[in-house]
Amino acid sequence: MDLNYGPEYDAFRAELRSFLDTHGHEAPKGNNNPKAPASLAWQRKLIEHGYTARTIPSAYGGAGREPDILKARIIAEEFARARVAAGLGGQGISMLVPTLLEMGTEEQRVRFIEPTIRGEMIWCQGYSEPGAGSDLAALKTRAELDGDEWVINGQKIWTSTAHIADWMFCLVRTEPEAPKHEGISFLLLEMATPGLEVRPLVDMTGSANFNEVFFTDVRVPKDQIVGRRGEGWRVANSILGNERDSLGNPNATLTRFHALKALMERETVDGQRLIDDPVLLDRLMAVQGKVLAMSANDLRVLSAKVNKTSGGGANDTRLARMIIKLEGTELRHELEGLAIDVLGELGLAYGDNPLLRDGGSWQAQYMYFLGLIIGGGTSQIQKNIISERGLGMPKEPKFPTARS
Amino acid sequence: MEFALSEEQVLLKDNVDRLLAEQAPLERIRSYADGSEPGIAHMLWHQLCDLGIGLLLIPEAADGLGLTVLDAALVAESLGSAVAPAPVLGSGIVAPYLLAEVPDAGDALAALAAGELRVGLALSELAGAREDSGVVAHNGKLNGRSLHVLDFDEQSAYLVADGKRQLYLVDPQAAGLSGRSLTTIDRTRATGELSFSDTPARLLTTDPDLCARTLALARIALAADSLGAASTMLSAAVEYAKQREQFNRPIASFQAVKHMCAEMAAALEPCRAMVWYAAHKLDEREADAVMMACHTKAHIADVGKRLAKTATEVHGGMGFTDLLGLHYWFKRIGFNRQTLGTPAQLRREAAIAQGFIDNTAQNSATA
Repeated sequence: MDLNYGPEYDAFRAELRSFLDTHGHEAPKGNNNPKAPASLAWQRKLIEHGYTARTIPSAYGGAGREPDILKARIIAEEFARARVAAGLGGQGISMLVPTLLEMGTEEQRVRFIEPTIRGEMIWCQGYSEPGAGSDLAALKTRAELDGDEWVINGQKIWTSTAHIADWMFCLVRTEPEAPKHEGISFLLLEMATPGLEVRPLVDMTGSANFNEVFFTDVRVPKDQIVGRRGEGWRVANSILGNERDSLGNPNATLTRFHALKALMERETVDGQRLIDDPVLLDRLMAVQGKVLAMSANDLRVLSAKVNKTSGGGANDTRLARMIIKLEGTELRHELEGLAIDVLGELGLAYGDNPLLRDGGSWQAQYMYFLGLIIGGGTSQIQKNIISERGLGMPKEPKFPTARS
Repeated sequence: MEFALSEEQVLLKDNVDRLLAEQAPLERIRSYADGSEPGIAHMLWHQLCDLGIGLLLIPEAADGLGLTVLDAALVAESLGSAVAPAPVLGSGIVAPYLLAEVPDAGDALAALAAGELRVGLALSELAGAREDSGVVAHNGKLNGRSLHVLDFDEQSAYLVADGKRQLYLVDPQAAGLSGRSLTTIDRTRATGELSFSDTPARLLTTDPDLCARTLALARIALAADSLGAASTMLSAAVEYAKQREQFNRPIASFQAVKHMCAEMAAALEPCRAMVWYAAHKLDEREADAVMMACHTKAHIADVGKRLAKTATEVHGGMGFTDLLGLHYWFKRIGFNRQTLGTPAQLRREAAIAQGFIDNTAQNSATA
């Protein structure tokens, strides 16, 4: 056991802190337009210093550094500590770029990676459909080859950021006769293509972060396919893992825990601080216990990645990774919900209510995390994965269907 | 940066697991629990000592192995996995850790290392006195009574805490010492009550920090024991579900059963890292080590309680029988939960340790 990162990393952290002290004020504040000149300039500066797009080869506009999990961790920790906007995320950067590096053609990498990591090309992900949620491979949106073009017809749903995206990467059925996992292809298309219509979908928080996307004879050049025809499922699965890892980040949960504790110190009922209420305090501490357990779990997973250990027995971290999305999102939902209980009637305040606490983030996050419990593979799908892949339990027998 | 077990630690745990698999199978646990073979506990202790377990926390300068709290936690986890009745907590974990830090306790440490001294734990004062119990020290003599003494044994010396959180060593033959064994749900643990009447006692420490760390160690060991016991229950449930068929298929293929098992695994897996983390913090004497020990024991008590119930349910009616013996693990987890601080008490202590609330509010709220 050695939780020190070592002198090389301490120096890296010091250098990053000094960068943040000097340049932090240039970072965009709040949820500005992601394409505002200040946002794009900040992103370029971060790439230049290797604080984002760190391992993307410089030939594709990235910082071209060696992969280093601890440095990536330090960058995340220090930007959070300084409360300075870190490098851009989003589905293009976190999901499409790694996919193109893995499976894309040279021409696709050159064309798409640089504008994407610079924040100039925003992507959305067209996966889920009304009839294909947990059973994603049942998707029905079809693409048929007509000369040099794919012609797409169908519908996608839960497409976050489609209303601001320039491009979409999506899964479509190209081989209707093949078994369901083998008939899917991974296509890239411009949102401005004729025949494509985006309709916002208002969620329970009152925002419209999701959309429905309708395809009517949408024509896409034949070469905008990643991987071969029928390989789309494999392409998509390699990046779903990335998404699940990032949804249960224990550092973010720790930050929220401290905010909750501060709330309980500030808020009073009949003049008594709520942190002095034994029942609420016990609930707070139970949440802290869970947060600490997940932080320790995260350290174990991080260590296995850094040291590339794949040891058996106690040093086997497969299960420890598999549970992060399930436990992490459920814990966040519980934590945000506790804050609402702490606030009593004030916990109901929303929107422009002047009694709002912490900018209304408790209700917003409470609902948002319910969305994350469902999205990215529901908790129930996570439990299937844990029991089947983690515990070796058999799949549920399939009922015979017309096409399966 | 490395947060994983070393090769030596993996080997240590494998050795203990192997010994317990051979020497502490369920039939033997049963014979100990029903009182027909009371000698098994000491037999296991001696066999563990042959592996060096008695020397783990004794410093090398005192002819011990000078290993860490983490190593001790791994041993405790193995004992819990096997619900082994060996009295390791007092003699192999808590006593050597404490005595190694007491300046003039070289003789006691040497006796421990030589296997001539066994130590039971009369520490319930530290978790709040019940039934008007309590121990008062005056002029080197103890009066009062200590309930829920762990590793209770007429031949043992006892580590005793008084109401001022000072720790004493009491000789088994000391004047005015009397004890009686007490039955609990967990028959794999020897538990009793001690009475002191002007009983001569050797003061080991008045240092509140050392007392707090000693208690933290005992709590981490109990948490590790529950981690081991819960892991065994989970594996047993998964294996049983794969074998047991109903409606012409293994019940492991029913989503209801799979989700019960997945929930157990998802809750338990982080507990492993949490025990390592708590042990590591105590080894490094980090400022938040005591807080972490409280949280670890409280969290694993909650996860363990739920898991013990769910794993039993997966076994259906068989889970409820004595025949299968699953109840030994259920009860061991229950025993660890109540011992040396319930989850609510521990969480309150963790809050005080972090300054979330005022210490003076403690008594009125727990009363």
